[in-house]
Amino acid sequence: MTFINYASREINCKIVYYGPGLCGKTTNIQWIHSQANPEKRGKLVSLATETDRTLFFDFLPLDMGVIKGFKVRFHLYTVPGQVFYDASRKLILRGCDGVIFVADSQRPRLEANIESIANLATNLRDNGFDIRTIPYVLQLNKRDMPTAAPLGEMEELLRFRNEPMLEAVASQGTGVIETLKACARQILLELQKN
Amino acid sequence: MDLVMFEEEFEQLQEIIGRLQQDSASKVVFLVDKNGQQIAAAGDVRSIDATSLASLTAGNVAATDGLAKLIGEKEFSLLFHEGEKDNLHISIVGKRGILVVIFDQSSSLALVRLRVKKASRELQEIFERVEERALSQLSESPRFESPFSEITDEDIDKLFGD
Repeated sequence: MTFINYASREINCKIVYYGPGLCGKTTNIQWIHSQANPEKRGKLVSLATETDRTLFFDFLPLDMGVIKGFKVRFHLYTVPGQVFYDASRKLILRGCDGVIFVADSQRPRLEANIESIANLATNLRDNGFDIRTIPYVLQLNKRDMPTAAPLGEMEELLRFRNEPMLEAVASQGTGVIETLKACARQILLELQKN
Repeated sequence: MDLVMFEEEFEQLQEIIGRLQQDSASKVVFLVDKNGQQIAAAGDVRSIDATSLASLTAGNVAATDGLAKLIGEKEFSLLFHEGEKDNLHISIVGKRGILVVIFDQSSSLALVRLRVKKASRELQEIFERVEERALSQLSESPRFESPFSEITDEDIDKLFGD
């Protein structure tokens, strides 16, 4: 649910990065953090284990500028990808406005991507959302890896609703901002409908 | 369901938490929603990263909520974190609100709890009023035109500095 404050003229949108373990969700928002104007970004909060695996979530608030006289602010969250953190993942989807699914292009991880999308569908439903209608973007990450599966094959396996699909190498920043923008566009156009 | 809060109600919330901050001799009081958005604040707000505070509080409450359900409780309505100097008192207000009080030794847990109880009742009344109105208006057409009815692609491009 987008939080619109007419008194302070602010729109706050919550965007969640979802995907299997080690697919690059945290890398995505770390890149955004490193590129954002320091005055416009908040602190990057990471609740991670000692080995840098996300334990609960990463959180990055971003001031995007003004639209129709309202300050637009994105709150970016990542979920922990590892299978056994499912309870935490469900909590983080609460009240989200859009989801970015980060898929790992490496062939041995294709199965994990499919499982993670199924898990996303369940967890969205438990939060009262429908994976077929919520603003949603598919990012194919790690395109630079030698074992990356061909685009067509990944599309066939993972794309299910004609959602925007973007190729990325999050560690180098390729496709990262474009992905965020594709999701933001859907969320903001959604505001129109309401 | 979308909740719309009018300025008058917002000012009432602000007044209640301002009073709570004074009466409980606390440093800062925040009102955030369960999704991690800040609704209102009172006290020395600038000393704290309010956005992170709201997000982490909501995460904390959500995780505690999950724990409660695991052991068969509906919810834990109160969380208390004791630090060396500052303490954090977190409580649930109504269905969607979280009240966060930060205080040091110039106050006490007992005083904070007492004042929070009273303020919570008042806040809850306002939340209920907002919710009732939202419910009764579900079937009606919106009373004011959304300012976002004409967002263009250029507007969105501009946000990303294109």
